[in-house]
Amino acid sequence: MTRYAMVIDTRTCIGCGDCVVACKTENKVPEGLNRDWIVEATKGTYPHLTTEFRSERCNHCSNPTCVTLCPTGASHLWKKTNIVLVDADKCTGCKACIAACPYDARLVMHPDGYIDKCTFCHHRVEQGLDPACVSSCPTRCMHFGSLDDPGSQVSQLLKTRQYKVLNPETGNEPNVYYLI
Amino acid sequence: MVTARANDLIDPSLHIWTWEVAMYLFLGGLTAGIMVFAAIMALRRDDDATPFSSTQLALLAPIVLSLGMTTLFLDLEHKLYVFRFYTAFQIASPMSWGAWILLLIYPVSILQILSTIRRGYPVATPYVDRWSMTSALVNWCEKHRRQIALVAIPSAMALGIYTGILLSAFSARPFWNSGVLGPLFLVSGLSTAAALVALISSKKSEKELFTRIDLAIIMAEIALVGLFVVNLATGSAQQIEALGSIMGGTYTVVFWVLFVGFGLIIPLLFEMLEMRGMLKSLAMVAPVLVLLGGYTLRQVMLDAGQESSWTNYPTQYNAELLDRLETRN
Repeated sequence: MTRYAMVIDTRTCIGCGDCVVACKTENKVPEGLNRDWIVEATKGTYPHLTTEFRSERCNHCSNPTCVTLCPTGASHLWKKTNIVLVDADKCTGCKACIAACPYDARLVMHPDGYIDKCTFCHHRVEQGLDPACVSSCPTRCMHFGSLDDPGSQVSQLLKTRQYKVLNPETGNEPNVYYLI
Repeated sequence: MVTARANDLIDPSLHIWTWEVAMYLFLGGLTAGIMVFAAIMALRRDDDATPFSSTQLALLAPIVLSLGMTTLFLDLEHKLYVFRFYTAFQIASPMSWGAWILLLIYPVSILQILSTIRRGYPVATPYVDRWSMTSALVNWCEKHRRQIALVAIPSAMALGIYTGILLSAFSARPFWNSGVLGPLFLVSGLSTAAALVALISSKKSEKELFTRIDLAIIMAEIALVGLFVVNLATGSAQQIEALGSIMGGTYTVVFWVLFVGFGLIIPLLFEMLEMRGMLKSLAMVAPVLVLLGGYTLRQVMLDAGQESSWTNYPTQYNAELLDRLETRN
């Protein structure tokens, strides 16, 4: 299985939201919906505050519970990678995958009745390009690549920097990494 | 303070399933109970003592189940693609198991009905005997009534328990993530079916028998509710936090007063008093409360479960902090 990962540097992210806009434009996401979003987490008591910006989306887990619990096989892994896609022709709109995601990343109900979600822009990945959000980031804080290739930028960053993933204890093995 | 996705279409507190699903879970459980009792009574071979449950009850199963499946269908967002449930079998998805179990239940239930249709519904006899094929089929079912009952019991149990396993399989929803949920929903389904017989049957001794059966099942259900609470209370941080929604949180009153109080304890007391010959004129109250309690259980579980989450942005976000900032500026 090719394991694609996104590595996002929370130290250089300024929370501008360009990744959100790029995604909407690239994927023609219907009005009012988003496949990615920015979380701004401020911790501490004034004046000792720290703020972390996180560009969040589907974690394209290696062990995705949304795929396991989908009753029709509409939720599936793309071409033996960890990229989780939904086949609209198989989706009944039962919403099991929405409930199954511990990151609440699949709350995107397409107006036509099927589940819509981040695709890691697999149509661009296929052409050797980065996902739209990554390529539009003005501070270059987002990186995309294969974890199977030890020389890839994402592998190198994870080797040399401290990082975290969100709620690793869910057992889903998420593949969006945050440098801290 | 965490400012999150600030868009209620992306990040509301999860509320994807509403009354349609709760109603289906309730009616599915009730169907399972109906089939189990009809089968047990068929095995007892004492149709005269329990005329309703032995010969007429089975007819309700496909009717109740069809109502439930209708509400379930109403919940689907991509309705034209409903057939997709039957173009795949996903072994790890309880929902897929459920779709196929439902398909199995119908023929079993119809055979169960046919095995007692002449006795239970004499008015239907001339129609059944009009064609040689249906007549032969009913003859076959009557002859194999015992075998049909033996198939109906495990099929119905599968239906009753899967509705709970369906929810408990969502590891992302800590409130549901308890193995007790399957048995709890199954027992609740049996209890509501026993209450239904006690409510509808016109024979006094049959009503009393099912009141006694219901009494025992309610006690088992109370024990399972206790185990469920203990299970979450001794679980992970997420489960302990999720339990808060019925321990002082939003669903405390619905869970403890409406479900446990009016749905279990009060009918239990009424039934105990009835067993001692008291409150005979109020015999309707307990079964009606049990049925309402059965629905309340599904609804409160569904609501509280959906709100429980790993991420919990809404609970971390405190709008008051923002207000304070604005006034200072």
